[in-house]
Amino acid sequence: MRIERDSGSAFRTLLVLVGLGVSVLLAAIFLSLLLFSRPALLKNGLRFITGTEWNPVTGNFQALAFVAGTLLTSFIALAIATALSLALAILLGHYFRTGALAAVMKTAVELLAGIPSVVYGFIGLFFLVPAVRALQLALGAPPYGVGILTASVLLAFMILPYSASIGREMISLVPADLKEAALSLGATPSEVVRKVSLPYARSGILGGVLLSLGRALGETMAVTMVVGNAHNLTLNLLSPGNTMASLIANEFSEATGEVYLASLIEIALLLFLVSTAINIVGKLIIKRTSAAVHP
Amino acid sequence: MREASLGSRLRGDKAFKAGMLALSLVATLPLAFILGFIMVRGASSINWRFLTALPAPVGEAGGGIANALVGTVLLILIGSLISIPLGVIAGIFLAERGRTRLGSVTRLAVETLMGIPSIVLGIVAYIWVVRPLKGFSAFSGGIALAMIMLPVITLTTEETLLLIPVSLREAALALGVSYPRTILRVVLPAGLSGILTGVLLAVARGVGESAPLLFTAFGNPFLSVSILKPVASLPLTIFNYATSPYPEWHALAWGASFVLLVFVLALNLVTKLVSSKWKVQF
Amino acid sequence: MEGAVLAIENLSAGFDGKDVVKNVSLSIPANQVTAVMGPSGCGKTTFLRCINRMHELADNAHVTGTVLLDEEDVYRMNPILVRRRIGMVFQRPNPFPTMSIYDNAIAGYSLNGTRMGKPERDRIVEETLRRVTLWEEVKDNLYRRGTFLSGGQQQRLCIARALAMKPEILLLDEPTSALDPKATAAIEELIAQLKGTVTIVQVTHNIPQAARISDFTAFIHLGELVEFGQTGRLFTVPKDKRTEEYLSGKFG
Repeated sequence: MRIERDSGSAFRTLLVLVGLGVSVLLAAIFLSLLLFSRPALLKNGLRFITGTEWNPVTGNFQALAFVAGTLLTSFIALAIATALSLALAILLGHYFRTGALAAVMKTAVELLAGIPSVVYGFIGLFFLVPAVRALQLALGAPPYGVGILTASVLLAFMILPYSASIGREMISLVPADLKEAALSLGATPSEVVRKVSLPYARSGILGGVLLSLGRALGETMAVTMVVGNAHNLTLNLLSPGNTMASLIANEFSEATGEVYLASLIEIALLLFLVSTAINIVGKLIIKRTSAAVHP
Repeated sequence: MREASLGSRLRGDKAFKAGMLALSLVATLPLAFILGFIMVRGASSINWRFLTALPAPVGEAGGGIANALVGTVLLILIGSLISIPLGVIAGIFLAERGRTRLGSVTRLAVETLMGIPSIVLGIVAYIWVVRPLKGFSAFSGGIALAMIMLPVITLTTEETLLLIPVSLREAALALGVSYPRTILRVVLPAGLSGILTGVLLAVARGVGESAPLLFTAFGNPFLSVSILKPVASLPLTIFNYATSPYPEWHALAWGASFVLLVFVLALNLVTKLVSSKWKVQF
Repeated sequence: MEGAVLAIENLSAGFDGKDVVKNVSLSIPANQVTAVMGPSGCGKTTFLRCINRMHELADNAHVTGTVLLDEEDVYRMNPILVRRRIGMVFQRPNPFPTMSIYDNAIAGYSLNGTRMGKPERDRIVEETLRRVTLWEEVKDNLYRRGTFLSGGQQQRLCIARALAMKPEILLLDEPTSALDPKATAAIEELIAQLKGTVTIVQVTHNIPQAARISDFTAFIHLGELVEFGQTGRLFTVPKDKRTEEYLSGKFG
């Protein structure tokens, strides 16, 4: 007996088309970036990520300084954010799972994620920068105020809600009977967290951290406002630097010349590839964890 | 064997808990600080003039954010008109066909789209709209925002629809209702609050975006409702004013931040009330 | 009672203000198996968890009364120390999934921060695993995850984990209810072997099992201790009518 499918086949087709459409959109994004960065890909070659001279006047576009700046700010932010979000995850996933404090803190973390990037940047400009400047004066370093460190600290607060949220969920998923088994052996609550809950939730937490990293790599406005926008490669945390995203933000609307524009698009392509890779790996780890450790 | 003394273990236990609490406070107190500061500084700039006047030239007092407010509304409108229908339909597709091969690929595509830095999407909108039209426009900004909002709406729609019991759908189908009608007249309405939540979250995200607008909408010191002309937006205005060297403009930026923050946080709190799970909006 | 190691006096406990265990007084004899049985919901598990102070960890839980371990009130001691002297095995086998068999056996020590050299650790692991007759089966796979074992083996591992701490009392909360008959028989055999060196209190709702393995039986009904005595006597000539009805399957 043939199943009656005529009613609604147009609708089903629409669903499939839109579903396909998303993948097509993604492919189109990738291809557009690839296509329009082609002049730069051809001209710059591999020196693009190994060289440090970014000079629109001479036509040399090498992005190592910005790649380094992105990696530096992202990883420092990640280190700070991971420590803070792990604390939040443990506090809200283990110690205070319900109650007023938990509700307030959970809301606070979620609101942190909702604050627009420019507002973070604005606050950073007016508070973080003078603070860092004071620190630099105290240390005898040039008092730029803006720089890699400033951007990293600001970035840390922007990305911590992601790893905190996932971490909290992973820790709260630790089965009660495992925690009881540890307690019945005479462990203290912190020992249960450190030696049973954290190892159990470890992969999921890692996934959340990777997702945070993906965020950090692409964060633009706040970083642009406090990173100093210098073009040279630097590993000095206290000096101005630049990231791939903030470079694009600063220079794109003013870029003239085909290669200049294409080089900036090449940077966007690089950003696209790296953040996509990290996000996919992060999501995979989280999915794998949820399936494996609690079958 | 050397046993750890109970005393030191208990002290360590207390220290650990205190440490976790302290770090958590470090993580969350800045929020209170940011909110408090902007409320205080920004509130003083808010008056009717501020909300209805155009930006004044440098040196002149007064000035307002009317163009930015209108521009933001315009951009979100364009973005929503594109992303809401497409997002909801994509969400329905994922809820209905999510377990098929195409469904998994689509979900991967949606999640990937969500993770793309917004400035990259701005460049794509530049390539697709600004270049052909040979100029900045509200339309290109709307396209960029649509790409940012789409995945949020899609995924929340999917999540909402998956929560609706299968029996509801089966009851309708058993009555002889056609499949499209079942979805549109029975399932979707049942999930309306969840879908609305997704839309609000997407709007909250879109309203705060400025990176992709830098070279699409570009900004406009005048009031404009044309979709083919450049247009101002609240976060762009904040960016320009905040990074300028003029204190009067800084005051305007605080006021604009106040408005933006109030709006975004209100949206977030409303959606929290509507949905009870703790979710972070990506 | 003579030879009693655990003396429970007027123990009442429950949740949200309501008592689930009502004024139970009982003496557990040393190095014997005491079964605690009764119909579901009668409070026997709560009773058990009061002994090693696990009950109070639940929200809105309350406990009153005394539990004397060698004449010391458990409720005046630090609960961490109490739990090192009283071990517990749970209904569902729960080896720590992120640890190997070896690490699971020694988990009590490592969780407590006790430091010891590898030879000593090896010795304790082997000794304990032999004690639960698991050694021969796992000695070549000590470093594999505990979750690869069968249900019965996992439960023996959990018993080993508890025994490694050399507790005076071992509390078993329906340890075989999640296991198949073959594994159940193995555990029952193990319990019979262990009792000479440790006092065992086992909650069970399996009447034949209680008859098989226990020396003493306590029957709890609706939170009250109805009857307590030597298993042989209690099962053949129960003193209380309720006991008789439970044993003949009239309720439960």
